Amino acid sequence: MAAEAIAVEGLTRVFNKNLVAVDHVDFTVKEGEIFGFLGPNGAGKTTTINMLITVLRPTEGRATVCGYDISKQPSEVRDCIGVVPQEYTADEDLTGLENILLCADLYGIPREISQKRAQELLELVELAKFKDKQVATYSGGMRRRLELACGLINRPHIFFLDEPTLGLDVQTRAATWNYIKLLKKEYGMTIFMTTHYLEEADMLCDRVAIIDYGKIVAMGAPNDLKEGLGGDIMTLSIQDSKGDISELVKKVPKVKEVKKQDGAYRIKVVDGEETAPIIIDAVRAEGHKVTRLSLTKPTLDEVYLEYTGKSMREEEESREGFRAQRIAMRRARGERLRGGH
Amino acid sequence: MTRNNSNSKNPLHGLWALTNRDLKKWYKNPVILLLGIVQPIIWMGLLGKAMNLGNMFTSFSPALPPSIPQSIQEQIKLAMSDLSRQAMLSIFGTKDYFSYMAVGMMSFIVMFTAMFSGMSIVWDRRLGFLNKALSTPVARASILMAKVFSAVIRALVQATIVLGIAYVFGLSVGADFTPLNMIGVYAALFLISMGLSSIFILIAIRSTKQETQMAVVNLLNLPLMFASNTLFSTSLMPDWLQAIAKINPVTYATDATRQLILYSINMQQLLLDFAYLSVFAAVFSTIGIVLSWRYLSK
Repeated sequence: MAAEAIAVEGLTRVFNKNLVAVDHVDFTVKEGEIFGFLGPNGAGKTTTINMLITVLRPTEGRATVCGYDISKQPSEVRDCIGVVPQEYTADEDLTGLENILLCADLYGIPREISQKRAQELLELVELAKFKDKQVATYSGGMRRRLELACGLINRPHIFFLDEPTLGLDVQTRAATWNYIKLLKKEYGMTIFMTTHYLEEADMLCDRVAIIDYGKIVAMGAPNDLKEGLGGDIMTLSIQDSKGDISELVKKVPKVKEVKKQDGAYRIKVVDGEETAPIIIDAVRAEGHKVTRLSLTKPTLDEVYLEYTGKSMREEEESREGFRAQRIAMRRARGERLRGGH
Repeated sequence: MTRNNSNSKNPLHGLWALTNRDLKKWYKNPVILLLGIVQPIIWMGLLGKAMNLGNMFTSFSPALPPSIPQSIQEQIKLAMSDLSRQAMLSIFGTKDYFSYMAVGMMSFIVMFTAMFSGMSIVWDRRLGFLNKALSTPVARASILMAKVFSAVIRALVQATIVLGIAYVFGLSVGADFTPLNMIGVYAALFLISMGLSSIFILIAIRSTKQETQMAVVNLLNLPLMFASNTLFSTSLMPDWLQAIAKINPVTYATDATRQLILYSINMQQLLLDFAYLSVFAAVFSTIGIVLSWRYLSK
């Protein structure tokens, strides 16, 4: 096995001839690494994952997964990966155990092995008690855990997780993180995940790539990315109607950059604690009234904001709304499905 | 975790698992099973029993002039009854319309089960199951053929139940009928079901809209059913309609099942039926298997 679990070169996918979902993306994922793909809605995270798991054909470029070419050796790729999709794909009409065994059959695992493995996995994700209950009776967290178990049935070399904690409550999210850490620690599994939770990426991932409009805009270990920002972030609001203070602030020593964002000034400074009072004095001296002030040590959120120009929090809100809408739609469809043929 | 994926895999692995998944959803839900049977029974009860064509000439007393002697009147009645019997035999090949259409109902069941089989692949795509299956090493053809086989099995079970019920309600089997004939009946229904399911699943293979599927089903169900011998004899149809019925595979399946259950067998015609059905099933399931390689993933 190559030292690179995943190697991607110029991977591109165009939908309907003009919508470029993924635009010449290059990256590598090392053996035994947890690699995170961070990005806003529609940035191309799921499209990338779908190409790597051979469900979607690339328009251009190439990628190898476990050393196999995704376009030329899709069967070999499929054999060595496990996938947990964004959606709950388990069959609601079947029980938890039946669902896992169905996954095992899709990998061609003989029943005597799959029975034993299914039992182990159900215990790992703490569903053993509910294995003979229909999945329709499972909670969201239980269904997510069942998806994890299904994805692990073939003991994959590389595990793909598409938004593994989307829509989960805090407790279940923490439990899922523990499973992911366990997989890396105990089995040295390589994990490729997409997420829009920054703390998740910060905590779990060895390296992250931030993707926006189909392009990777930053890549590296979370700490390196944070340090790469080169300073603290000060956010300052003044009573508006009094003009722009950008130029004024820029004149203060140790101020590296000033951006006006959503009516507030986002100021990158070195030694924030000492510089902030000087900035405030300078602003006040010009007759402006400071209404709001915050100083933060760089977080992944700041990195994200730096590169995509969007706050993760706004993204999360729109994402949760979108998700709620999707669940409602799915329920409606489910009802119709049961009523029809 | 060590990988131990054997290389000596059966290429059909997963086919039965996927077929069984669809079947489980069906037999675990008795309401769907029941509804699938009730509809053809309603048809048989309403159309089959209402259109009592056998009594067309005998159910009324023609107002004959009283000058005609009683004995001649009796003879006329007898002649008319004979006429109606002969007309039924020459047009429908059997004396009662109920038996004729009850057997036709078996093709009807196969047709409707096949039509809706495409819907389930649309659901699997929308709910993400299809993507998950596509990310596993299961053969693409298995994903498609599992849908076909589950539709075939559902259709055959429903057809058997409906045939049993029709028998209870007065289906009169032909003089030559032996239980062995049922093997031929199942073979014919299997072939037509496989061909039709393949067509409808192919239509749905890339679709994410169940509305499109419904529209296609609504568009095709009347011509498939009425431009065939399922409910009426083609000999009563105008030439252009007869021409359509002649290429409609449903006609051949219905003819084969009627020959085996109701009529005395015309071997030449029966062989032609089976040849046509075999080619139909082989061509469309092959197209399905070939296209599944290309079109299941986007």
